[in-house]
Amino acid sequence: MTNRARVPAANIISFAIAAAVVAVVPWILPPYISFELAYAGAYAIAILGLVILTGMNGQASLGHGAFMAVGGYAVAIAVSRAGWPPEAAILIAAVLCAIFGWLVGMVALRLSGAYLALATFALAVSVAPVLKRFKDATGGAQGLTFSTAHAPGALATVLDNERWLYYEAWLLVGVLFAASWFALQGRLGRALRAIRDNEIAAVSFGINPAFYKALAFAWSAAYAGIAGALIANATAFVSPDTYALNLSITLLIGGVLGGLGSMWGAIVGGFVVEFLPLWAQNISTAASPLIYGISLIVVMIAVPGGIVGAIQRVAHTITRPRAEGKPERST
Amino acid sequence: MQKHRFKLLSALAPIAALGIFAGSCGIAQADPVPGVTPTEILLGGTHPYSGPASAYGVIGKGILAYFAYVNDHGGVNGRKITFKDEDDAYNPAQTVQLVKGLVEQDHVFALFNTLGTAPNLAIRQYLNDQKIPQLFVSTGATTWGTDAAKYPWTIGFNADYQAEAVVFGKYIVQHQPNAKVAVIYQNDDFGQDYLTGLAKGMGAKASQIVKKASYEVSDPDVRSQISTLQASGADTILIAATPKFAIQSLADLGQLGWKGETYLSNVSSASTMMAAATKTGGDAATNGVISDAYTIDPTNPALANTPGMKLYKDVLAKYGQGLDPNNAFVLYGMAAAYTMVDTLQKAGKDLTREKVMDAAIHLNENNPFLWPGVTLTTSPGDRFPVRELQLLKYGNGGWSTVGSIIDARK
Repeated sequence: MTNRARVPAANIISFAIAAAVVAVVPWILPPYISFELAYAGAYAIAILGLVILTGMNGQASLGHGAFMAVGGYAVAIAVSRAGWPPEAAILIAAVLCAIFGWLVGMVALRLSGAYLALATFALAVSVAPVLKRFKDATGGAQGLTFSTAHAPGALATVLDNERWLYYEAWLLVGVLFAASWFALQGRLGRALRAIRDNEIAAVSFGINPAFYKALAFAWSAAYAGIAGALIANATAFVSPDTYALNLSITLLIGGVLGGLGSMWGAIVGGFVVEFLPLWAQNISTAASPLIYGISLIVVMIAVPGGIVGAIQRVAHTITRPRAEGKPERST
Repeated sequence: MQKHRFKLLSALAPIAALGIFAGSCGIAQADPVPGVTPTEILLGGTHPYSGPASAYGVIGKGILAYFAYVNDHGGVNGRKITFKDEDDAYNPAQTVQLVKGLVEQDHVFALFNTLGTAPNLAIRQYLNDQKIPQLFVSTGATTWGTDAAKYPWTIGFNADYQAEAVVFGKYIVQHQPNAKVAVIYQNDDFGQDYLTGLAKGMGAKASQIVKKASYEVSDPDVRSQISTLQASGADTILIAATPKFAIQSLADLGQLGWKGETYLSNVSSASTMMAAATKTGGDAATNGVISDAYTIDPTNPALANTPGMKLYKDVLAKYGQGLDPNNAFVLYGMAAAYTMVDTLQKAGKDLTREKVMDAAIHLNENNPFLWPGVTLTTSPGDRFPVRELQLLKYGNGGWSTVGSIIDARK
């Protein structure tokens, strides 16, 4: 905590502009768009988790849908069975997922690359059978229905459900985004990146890879859990189909398209995951998997840094003289 | 009272006239019914065109084909139906968003044939809060019929799984009064519905269900369950399973030399699935298997000359380019669309959501896409449109009818 996080003016300004836009949007657009944007915010948080785990620490995960499921069911069970306020339930979801993520992270220590991806994929595969097995708690295949979340207390008179869900999601995006930014600026971020770039070199600098890798998993899983909780909250319903197998894959694709190397990539990724299937429908009813696939190939070949990586590269070439162009490692 | 109202009306008439005048000037307008114009009725729906359940996507296309046919033949009470059907990939979180968009942006009149138990559960509360009809949902769960008091704006379409098992139970009691019955079932609500229905259908003889074995959808096969059931001394087996496991069960029974009667849930009775079971288990695996149907089977040559089959072929030829006529899901879509059109027709020219809902719970139709003789009926106390089923027996590569239609209600 002693390191002074230097916040460049440009970052403060862009963050402030983003915050202002986020605050105003639901008063301009129709309520159901705010509702969709709440989901985009939730997906952005989940992908932010992937940026930390995969982008910063180099650990792949095809199982983040499982963490989202834990978060979602934590909220559903806490709200529908124990009568908790949804906001408190989101906190529980985060803590539960952090613990779960830590455990998975411990196992992940033995694996890397494709093997880790497959192991986490197994996690995603096991979601539905596990949920159906514990029917008494989870409602089985029929899932759990609970009452729609609405703004607490006096806020409810000002904010309708859609706007409340929107602000809840995007307030969390802002908080978690800022928290990650500060954390990644300092020793923690350097340690994660050092392990990603060269684990042996990192050890020689006194970094304990086991600790940091498990920490990255816990951190990332907590974010996924919060995302899953927000989605459960907005849908007012959870079932194994809500957190189906392809959710994990969709998140990773969204992250790659947005850019896993940058936190802004998570925001773009959230929008991609939420709106690409909706837009694709206007082209053809079943077009979204195809468009996902094509965009993924195009991005992998043309702009490996994702959409945000591409923007940053363009910005670099415009703002900086060519001779100075140093190899970029974005944060 | 009557007089009073008349007085009030006459007093209000000039104001109303003014209102109409103002309305025509574009100043103020009485609340129109959402999704209904003098020339159009807008319905919304969701089907999984992509994702794990995308095989059901063609249901939406069958519906669209039938609506196109109806529109070309004058529409419903002079209005054409527009069906905005969207892809939810069988993800309830996506269904909720799409339905909100359909309601709040597109202002649909009603939701029709939204597919899947979980997706429909996710939108039920919202639609009922808004008093928007959620009509003829595409799922066989019993909740659509049993929870009508709590969700009056929702009604199902499919013959429910329980009804099917009730019919099996009744038939067993009638034709094999001394049967010892074994059941293999999927360990979820789908399988549970069959257990409940079978016990109901067998009534006092339910004690003759001697053995039950369940499987998980994640199980690689059901060999051990089938051997257990066979070893139990049962002479009759009910396979309440989804296609993969039903095929495995049939094949295993064939290989183990099963001699008893076999009953099979209709979700797994398509000709292609039976052919697959025959291939691994031999003819013995499938010959004599009893299943059932409530919609006509496009692959059954015995039905080729029924009015329903002729209409189906006509509609497909003109409005169903690229659809496989042998796909039972396409036919199912048309059957549901027929009932939707019938309901709109009965609701009358002066269309409101209340009237449509009322029409939906007072149906009594001979839907040509249902098995000849199966009637579709609803009443305020009975919101299960289809509960009559025709039993079928498999042999020589096809299904033929067994006995007359059995009503699960009686």
